[in-house]
Amino acid sequence: MKKVAITGMGIISAIGNDSEENFNALIQKKTGIAPLQNVASVFTHKLKAGEVKKTNSDLIAELRLPEDNSYTRTALLGVYAAKQAVQNAGIEDINEYTTGLISSTSVGGMDFTEKHFFEYFKDSSLDKYITSHDAGDTSNKIAAYLGIKGYVSTISTACSSAANAIMLGARLINAGKLDRVIVGGTDALSKFTINGFNSLMILSDDYNKPFDDGRNGLNLGEAAAYLVLESEESLRQSQKKVLAYVSGFANTNDAFHQTASSENGEGAYLAMEKALKVAQLNKEAVDYVNVHGTATPNNDLSEGRALVRLFKEKVPDFSSTKAYTGHTLAAAAAIEAVYSVLALQHGVVYPNLHFKTPMKEIPLIPNTELKQKQIQHVLSNSFGFGGNCSSIIFSKA
Amino acid sequence: MKNVYINGVGAVTVQGVYDENFFGKETVPLNNVNYAQHPSYKNWITPAMIRRMSTAVKMGIYASQTALDDAQLTTPETIITGTGMGCLQDSEKFLRSLIENQEQFLTPTSFIQSTHNTVGAQIALRLQCKGYNFTYVNGANSFENALLDAKLQIQNSETQNVLLGGIDEISDYTLSLLEKIQHIKKEGESIDFKNPQTNGVPFGEGAAFFVLSDEKTAETYAEIKDVSVFNTPNKQDIKTEINDFLHQNQLELEDIDAIILGKNGDMAFDAVYKEVAEMFHKTPQIYYKHLSGEYNTASAIGFLAASHLIKKQTIPVMLQLNPIQPVEIKKVLLFNQYRATDFSFVLLSQ
Amino acid sequence: MEALKRELKERIIEVLNLEDIAVDDIQDNDPLFGDGLGLDSIDALELIVLMDKEYGIKLSDPKEGKSIFQSIETMAQYISENRTK
Repeated sequence: MKKVAITGMGIISAIGNDSEENFNALIQKKTGIAPLQNVASVFTHKLKAGEVKKTNSDLIAELRLPEDNSYTRTALLGVYAAKQAVQNAGIEDINEYTTGLISSTSVGGMDFTEKHFFEYFKDSSLDKYITSHDAGDTSNKIAAYLGIKGYVSTISTACSSAANAIMLGARLINAGKLDRVIVGGTDALSKFTINGFNSLMILSDDYNKPFDDGRNGLNLGEAAAYLVLESEESLRQSQKKVLAYVSGFANTNDAFHQTASSENGEGAYLAMEKALKVAQLNKEAVDYVNVHGTATPNNDLSEGRALVRLFKEKVPDFSSTKAYTGHTLAAAAAIEAVYSVLALQHGVVYPNLHFKTPMKEIPLIPNTELKQKQIQHVLSNSFGFGGNCSSIIFSKA
Repeated sequence: MKNVYINGVGAVTVQGVYDENFFGKETVPLNNVNYAQHPSYKNWITPAMIRRMSTAVKMGIYASQTALDDAQLTTPETIITGTGMGCLQDSEKFLRSLIENQEQFLTPTSFIQSTHNTVGAQIALRLQCKGYNFTYVNGANSFENALLDAKLQIQNSETQNVLLGGIDEISDYTLSLLEKIQHIKKEGESIDFKNPQTNGVPFGEGAAFFVLSDEKTAETYAEIKDVSVFNTPNKQDIKTEINDFLHQNQLELEDIDAIILGKNGDMAFDAVYKEVAEMFHKTPQIYYKHLSGEYNTASAIGFLAASHLIKKQTIPVMLQLNPIQPVEIKKVLLFNQYRATDFSFVLLSQ
Repeated sequence: MEALKRELKERIIEVLNLEDIAVDDIQDNDPLFGDGLGLDSIDALELIVLMDKEYGIKLSDPKEGKSIFQSIETMAQYISENRTK
């Protein structure tokens, strides 16, 4: 495929409110995971999560939204990051070129719906939030804020959502349908997801340890991140600096179970293999794999097996960044895309925190210290419920 | 660039399941809230699986299988679905349980089944389809977003066939909320699609699936020429948007043999449909939501209607919005929007 | 014990939505998972919640369930020994 240029990025997560803050935390091994504070739940102070350090009021003030608005936290985080991406790309007139938005979310407005579920019939001032629940509304809010009226789309495929948004964006650029597209995802923490994952017994009671033999589950997180992708034509006109390229991708389905990954990581293997094919790269070309690495017993083993199947004895340097941010669901692939671009720009492999012992089934050892090296290609994995497996290859500009 | 054909069709709707006589049989008139008429799912889905499935998943499985059978395809390469609200019943079940039990004793089944991509995932699981599998959740043009993706994939030879679907289900609590804010008509209110007199829509649910392919066969329904989705009209003028769309396909207004409008009986948002109808006042006009009810992916039923009438080369009486008859049905334009957002144009040809 | 076994069967049918199965269809020693009743890992999680909610037994590790949930017999045995409700 023709590689697609990334010209801007925006991110807000538990480890920072922009790319620089996130990067500094990653290289200084500073996790953003702490006891849950801002969600009113029986799990508050008990479970660990990766919370964004701004309140909804902070965000509303910074985004200069009117007091009477119907933004849910998911939408606030989304607008914050998307706006940052647009600014980072040096875009002043969003409609100067045909520009679209592809957002993704799994929570949507659930963070508000769960707060007001039974109150709706008692308090009509809450009516405005009724239509904020569905996923598409979050995208509409971001589009309206940025002034995008044309192509707006929303993908929701659980934890691979943002990767799929990035892929679709790249395809639309290459098909000549759009000159520019803002792609990414957003998810806020909610009781719904906290309790959902808890009912599956895959939440850790401690800090998550990706790929460690003693791993016992994930920490949830919240975040939003967006990339700006641009066509050659748009670049030719603007002469803008390219941050990195999207050079390959693939989406496949494990078709094994609604939530668990297959033992031999079939979906993951197929996604990584196809992404390389699309990028026309040999597997030796991959310098760093940012794994999905949620630290659940099931994911890491399955993904590990897929890595070994693909790379055999030559598994590249790899690490999971979820011990810093938590698993941010639909936003995960987006923040990890930002981390991948930063890795390419700075030539670093991030440390995989809390790792001590390799899994007994396969002796894979992630990178545990910051490593400086020339990085030409990063492979980023994101796997979601419903067997949805996505891999993207980012390449140096 | 390959052509894109519709080779198989299947649906579960308020009027029952789709078959050849769907647009010729007696229809059920709509109320303000309309549930789908279901086939017996037991013949299609094992008890072990059916026990976990919500309405959306069951409808999706039935509609997708009948579409595959219609196209004589066993396993599709690619599955792309659109849904406005996803698996709402499971979502509400988990949420209600969470709140009522104060986050205790929660069981995972409804959480697992509540993710938006559950229908696409369950279909893939059932068919052991390991290919590309996306779910679009973008309000009233979720289906068209999925359609656009499917078309691009086939055109660019990324896949030879796609199983494409649009699904939405009614769920009690969300229904009551939408009724509260008057997005849905009141019980007993008269429902007039041609000249809506009241606000709100008659609500519905359903699933419609299609097999798209790069191969034309003797049984092909129609060809997909172009799809456009947009948030709001850029120039605040729907006429310009339509003309631009037609021109980019080397067409003028007169070249359209039939226009299918997503009129939904809502007086508050009917103006734009009236405007488009005015533009096409010499063209046979078709409506379909009096059969399906309104819901985020109801436009998939419009797509179904278009496929049907292009294949049969006749406009069923029950779909006729005006008395103009076509000479031939070569080019059909579909137009849909909901509450002045999530617009879509689809151009189909014989 | 017979009453507990019967109660268990009723609760399992209800919680797992096994519409076509009657209490008498489930034999005490039939395997619940794999062959037999054909339950899976998601059902195991449901049963863990059932044990907590109805009998006050908390299992912290889902893997413990494997031996406990082998059959109605083993479940009833475990519950009668460990119940706090």
